Amino acid sequence: MSGIPHDHYEPKTRIEKWLNSRLPIVGLVYDTLMIPTPRNLNWMWIWGIVLVFTLVLQIATGIVLVMHYTPHVDLAFRSVEHIMRDVNGGHMIRYFHANGASLFFVAVYLHIFRGLYYGSYKAPREVTWIIGMLIYLVMMATGFMGYVLPWGQMSFHGTAVITGLFGAIPFVGESLQAWLLGAGAVGQPALNRFFSLHYLLPFILLGLVIVHVWAFHSTGNNNPTGVEVRRTSKEEAQKDTLPFWPYFVIKDLFALVVILVIFMAIVGFMPNYLGHPDNYTPANPLATPSHIVPEWYFLPFYAILRAFTADVWAVQFVQFISFGIIDAKFFGVVAMFGAILVMALVPWLDTSSVRSGRFRPMFKWWFRLLCIDFLVLMWVGAQGTTFPYDWISLIAATYWFAYFLVILPILGVIEKPLTPPSSIEEDFNAHYPAE
Amino acid sequence: MRDRKVTQMLRKLALSATAALALSTGGAMAAGEGHVEDYAFSFEGPFGSYDQNQLQRGLQIYTEICSSCHGLNLVAYRTLADEGGPALPEDQMRAYAAQYMVFDPAADGGFGADVPAQPQHHFGNSGMDTAPDLSLMAKARAGFHGPYGTGLAQLFRGMGGAEYIASLMAGYAENPECAPDGIDGYYYNTAFSTGGYPESCVDEEGHHMAPGSWIAMPPPLMGDDVEFVDGHSTDLHHEAEDIAAFLMWTAEPHLNARKQAGLTGVIFLTILAVLLYLTNKRLWAPHKHRARQ
Repeated sequence: MSGIPHDHYEPKTRIEKWLNSRLPIVGLVYDTLMIPTPRNLNWMWIWGIVLVFTLVLQIATGIVLVMHYTPHVDLAFRSVEHIMRDVNGGHMIRYFHANGASLFFVAVYLHIFRGLYYGSYKAPREVTWIIGMLIYLVMMATGFMGYVLPWGQMSFHGTAVITGLFGAIPFVGESLQAWLLGAGAVGQPALNRFFSLHYLLPFILLGLVIVHVWAFHSTGNNNPTGVEVRRTSKEEAQKDTLPFWPYFVIKDLFALVVILVIFMAIVGFMPNYLGHPDNYTPANPLATPSHIVPEWYFLPFYAILRAFTADVWAVQFVQFISFGIIDAKFFGVVAMFGAILVMALVPWLDTSSVRSGRFRPMFKWWFRLLCIDFLVLMWVGAQGTTFPYDWISLIAATYWFAYFLVILPILGVIEKPLTPPSSIEEDFNAHYPAE
Repeated sequence: MRDRKVTQMLRKLALSATAALALSTGGAMAAGEGHVEDYAFSFEGPFGSYDQNQLQRGLQIYTEICSSCHGLNLVAYRTLADEGGPALPEDQMRAYAAQYMVFDPAADGGFGADVPAQPQHHFGNSGMDTAPDLSLMAKARAGFHGPYGTGLAQLFRGMGGAEYIASLMAGYAENPECAPDGIDGYYYNTAFSTGGYPESCVDEEGHHMAPGSWIAMPPPLMGDDVEFVDGHSTDLHHEAEDIAAFLMWTAEPHLNARKQAGLTGVIFLTILAVLLYLTNKRLWAPHKHRARQ
């Protein structure tokens, strides 16, 4: 499967040969587990395993929750409390599931920024990157719909706000919003379909994850130097790599368990830390909470959505040349989806000849600024829209686009990169010199 | 040397995870500017647990005072006998439930009649439309947010909902100087943030000059409202703490079990992490510590 030369599975016993000629499943598992992996991977390469674990955790806890949940506007809230009070271990299962969503997004953001720094998106790994972005989109949709299901105040009013975004699209917006909700307003049809989709999407996610893994198993992993594994012979490839099992499985499991210690502490000691108190009040269409704030993992993009108000000259300009079709609200929606789109297009926006940020002296600083920018957006997304927050979000949102659309293309031309090591072996041996 | 490197990396990893979490406090922001006092409850912190006697006192306050207006419709009478709750003896719990009448459609030969409540029945709904149900109140209010609004104080000092309830109970005060007449039919409370607020208490920059706002509920506790069989103090602050603790239990009845599970999980996962660390170190040693050729 991999382009890196390595030993393949050979059926030896009669029964193995019998099975292999009918279904080569053992070989598939063997090749997947024994894939040659660059030996210099650092600790930022563990998030993939964390993500796989979290997906399985969410599916497993979710299946149990569904057994006790009722998707009905009059019963949903009570059924969640039934899980919390009467179902054996139900409170732990629900808290695992609710906080599991946060673990999922912590891991996915670190995973994405790992890729952005080490240039994992660059040729030949563009397809892996694009599938990753699709996974991220499906994750966001799943997370959002899951938050609707308890049918608390924030569930209800958050749904009204988020589906209202689609209502901002010119001409078709209102019909589209009604189509999404199955009615003119948030209610029983919306709850039913969100429940259905919240159950379906994780399995689509699982499928996409398999394709994601398949894609990078075809190209081989990137690594902190961005230098490719030498593939002229098996012997040479072995100097750059070690098999995934046991070297990276054990390493990743160790990191996973360290993260699970923190996760367990949050679930055990402060499980509502990341939630909204308002969501412990049953949904009431007539009483709108004073602050409708999305879950923390949406905040950076929520900040971008709100950053472009009608006072911004760029918005006024676009509104003018589009004869008023693109108003501030729609501009914000386009900006929010655009913020993810530019990230998806980064393989073609980054013009540098060097892959890893480790050897790009100027890039390093702009990238650090991007990380800070992301955290600033996350913070400002939870603040009000008054001065100075409006300016902070506008500047931060502008930098997000500038990084991908202006800085990355220009950097590749003007920056003089350092020379990466000639091989992964050289990099590894420089870290761990012979004794 | 190499060990240090690994620990550094691990520290970085843990830090980045906590930083990401710490930055995510958006949801916990409260409206208004009520003053919430930080009470020290027995159930705070990783090792905290409910004080059974306090929950029983709180139940008594709820029964004698709050229940005349407020319901607890998510709470079943049987749970009053649960471990980690008020833990009433079985017969007391049954007797408690039997004080209340519930409608049984099968009684009276199919005509239906009010019968004494059984353990599986729930506390009633609120008797007044404007009085919210209290089952989840301790989790539906944010309380306080810890240093710089990070909410990290939750870990050690509780999530704040119980503090909010206790502060509200003890927060009734004379009308402030800026509004000596207050709002007719409402009561000034320093902890209540979402009620009416007179213009005369808002300064030119829009800041509130007095904490809290005006609430429709008359002061439910004045001190010495109940008499405890154990002779526990019945001054206003102690009563406020007891009812707040009881409502924390109604909102989170399995808190004791959850913290125990959390602690067990943290300990066992830590042991597993150490074992995996040693395994990993040994596994990689031949490649990281090669002999010079």
